[in-house]
Amino acid sequence: MKALRISRSIPRLGLARIASPLSPAAAAKIGPLNYTVVDAPDLPGPGWQRVRTRLAGICGSDLSLVEGHASLYFQDWVSFPFVPGHEVVGELEDGTRVVLEPVLGHEARGFSPPFDGAAPGDGDDYTHLATGPLEPGIQTGFCCSTGGGWAPEFVAHESQLHRISDDMPDERAVLIEPFAGGIHAALLAAPTLAARQDPTTPPIVAVLGAGTMGLAAVAGLRRYLPDVRIIVGARYQHQQALAKAFGADVVVGPDKLARAVRRAAGCHIIGDYLTSGAHVTIDAVGTSATVADAIRITRPRGRVVLLGMPADVNLDLTGLWHRETELKGAYTYGTETLPDGRTCSTFALAIETVNALTAERLLSATYDLTDHVDAIAHAAGAGRRGAVKIAFDMRSGDT
Amino acid sequence: MPRPGFVLNVDRSTPPTLFWHGEGFRLEKLPADRSRVIYAPEPLDAVDDIDGAIQDALLNPIEMDPLPTLLFPGMKLTIAFDDVSLPLPKMQRPDLRQRIIEQVLTMAADAGVDDVHIIAALALHRRMHEFELRHALGDRVYDAFEPRGTLYQHDAEDPDNLTLLGSTPEGEEVEINKRAAESDLLVYVNINLVAMDGGWKSTATGLASYRSLRHNHNPTTMEASHSFMDQHKSELHKSNWRMGEIMREHGPTVFQIETTLNTDTFPKPFGYLSKREWEWNAKDRALYLGAAKSLAKTPPRLARKIFQGIEAPHQMTSVQAGEVEAVHKITTENVYDQQLVEVEGQTDILTMGIPYICAYNVHSIMNPILVMCTGLGYFFNMYRGKPLVREGGVVILTHPTPNEFHPVHHPSYIDFFEEVLADTTDPHVMSQKWEKQYAEDDWYRHLYRTTHAYHGVHPFYMWYWGSHGMKHVGKVIIVGGDAPTVRKLGFTPASTMNDAFEIASDVVGRQPTITHLKTPPLMIADVK
Repeated sequence: MKALRISRSIPRLGLARIASPLSPAAAAKIGPLNYTVVDAPDLPGPGWQRVRTRLAGICGSDLSLVEGHASLYFQDWVSFPFVPGHEVVGELEDGTRVVLEPVLGHEARGFSPPFDGAAPGDGDDYTHLATGPLEPGIQTGFCCSTGGGWAPEFVAHESQLHRISDDMPDERAVLIEPFAGGIHAALLAAPTLAARQDPTTPPIVAVLGAGTMGLAAVAGLRRYLPDVRIIVGARYQHQQALAKAFGADVVVGPDKLARAVRRAAGCHIIGDYLTSGAHVTIDAVGTSATVADAIRITRPRGRVVLLGMPADVNLDLTGLWHRETELKGAYTYGTETLPDGRTCSTFALAIETVNALTAERLLSATYDLTDHVDAIAHAAGAGRRGAVKIAFDMRSGDT
Repeated sequence: MPRPGFVLNVDRSTPPTLFWHGEGFRLEKLPADRSRVIYAPEPLDAVDDIDGAIQDALLNPIEMDPLPTLLFPGMKLTIAFDDVSLPLPKMQRPDLRQRIIEQVLTMAADAGVDDVHIIAALALHRRMHEFELRHALGDRVYDAFEPRGTLYQHDAEDPDNLTLLGSTPEGEEVEINKRAAESDLLVYVNINLVAMDGGWKSTATGLASYRSLRHNHNPTTMEASHSFMDQHKSELHKSNWRMGEIMREHGPTVFQIETTLNTDTFPKPFGYLSKREWEWNAKDRALYLGAAKSLAKTPPRLARKIFQGIEAPHQMTSVQAGEVEAVHKITTENVYDQQLVEVEGQTDILTMGIPYICAYNVHSIMNPILVMCTGLGYFFNMYRGKPLVREGGVVILTHPTPNEFHPVHHPSYIDFFEEVLADTTDPHVMSQKWEKQYAEDDWYRHLYRTTHAYHGVHPFYMWYWGSHGMKHVGKVIIVGGDAPTVRKLGFTPASTMNDAFEIASDVVGRQPTITHLKTPPLMIADVK
């Protein structure tokens, strides 16, 4: 079959890195991504199934690989060459439609789960990600043993599959995975909000960025932490409208976020920093500038949640040190504890959230795999081009 | 003999009319046979011997004893003066405040008074910079008093230095500067640029607190002031008069010194700005063309600096001192003598060019809120009798209206624009929903007290200032303004004056009457 595949080629990664700021399309052409003939992966063992891809989204982490910006951190946690694609709705051989929870967890890799009923992302030991019968890979879409969604077919373990109802369109289902990520980040705000010093003040959560992940975080905040005051910095008009529609109380341009948070907190601005600020800030972008901004607008002893994959950042951490700011990564999903004490898998929360929001409105365009250069360019410029989520569509079976 | 104001009926031979457009100009050809242009009266002659006239006013006050007889050793003397918001543009040195205060201080010294405080009566305005204080008071006064801490600026948020004198029968609290309230004599030094200023408004506003000012700086009072330039039809003034009664009863003895200025507004290189276009000579035309072309190529920040550097040659036409109301009656007549222009009837469309300056952006930026306030709060209210524009008519302003704010001077304006105007442009709604939050915001309070920021509530007051105008007219159009910014103000943007007339036709039909108020120089339309 023909699929998109990423190879470990230092020269091509370098070329993509140079080309991407000027032209994401050029990066897709000359970088480590190839549209090529690949073998369908073998089933690794019992509990594994073949999945025919229907829709597969293009995520920011995919783009960072295609454009050569991904951190070297991953070189030991992935296995080349691999077929990317972890935001997937597909179909099993019996025609059942499924959504992929892409984390290659303990069960998929032949390890005992950390606790009964654990989700693939749970646990405090990542040994299983790089050992065992599968080649290393943090998720489907980063592992050469499983393939990924940017191919007509891949393999997935039963523990990774969520069957979806007939009335859920593919266009909605493909957004479950990113929504799970956003909801997980939103719920990481809960402990800080619960422990805030003055419980009579309304809890403030700022969200930096309103691409798919930022919007998903806003939706998660509104749905599962309904009392929070959500203030969003969104660059583009359509993003601002969606953030408002998903429940943000205040939506401003990114350059106006600090003042909006200040107004809500009723604090001062000293230099570049708020004297108080948001209890929690979710950075859904992940650049040096946004992480620095997040620290500036988060109140002392507050939490900054890094939802956007940050890679290399250059930061003056004096403010973080002085303010005792907690920097918290938000990677994927797992089992969540809701404010009322209930536990639930993030994917289950994401499924109910995308249904409630009819999240398919975020899917702006789909492309054939053969048009991957255009697709990558569109995804890389999504905000500027009035789009949110771009996906590959393999439902015609022509690819 | 200076010529009085003049209303020109535009015909086909009328040259284009000069419109102010921020730090620039526009030449607009107004439709013939249904347009008119109102020109300000030429400057009255200034008083020949200004220092002599001041001395005479102090020695022969109205309905009070001569100033020297009110001064005695051991007394507390406080001299309050109008802040940087007056006059506009700033006057060439020496400023009248310096001339007056120097004479008052000389008399105080002669009388053996050594407890003298000088206070900038800035109400909720920003604190003046040192160079502004030196300009207003002169180096001698500044250097003698400021280092000793006896020249300072009123702080309307300092609870330890405010005194509640009482309340009017309407429940308006009168809270003013404690030092002024406890003085044996309060000398107030005023420069009266428009008929709205002076009188009890000087002390009851300039030295007051937010607690006091909120009683008359609100949409209800502003909407019922028809106009600010016509005191007996102004609820704002009636409130100040009521407060004046409380001050008279419970406050210090006030010795009011008021001055009036002529309309000699622009120095020589800009002389054409005060001339009628058909009287421009070759030199005026060359100067205008040169200025217009170079301004078009000048970065806005530099253009702003050039304009803000203008020092007006306007000079004193009268000075009177003594009892507040008696003095102010004469002052107002003198302002009217200079500024009134008789105008026959109202108009369908009123056009006004908004210049680079108003009372609240001296050495600063004319931000969008101030554009609104200058157009609908100040210029719209430059009338006596009836508004120049008929009820339901259209106001067309010209100004670039950039989305730009001075971060030090106008911090709460930035948030007002972003937050409050995104919610509502209705003065009553914002007054109920948002005013308190801004007025009591601790950061704004800190900036007002310690830096050079306007008080947190000030953008609300600017918006309220335009509330009568907003309620009266059917549409407001800004020509040449930044479109998103203009829309956020609740107004309609237009690229050209002809586009604006086309847009206005929805409201006033296709053959509306048009009146252009060519100000500055300042004038008051006496609409019959």
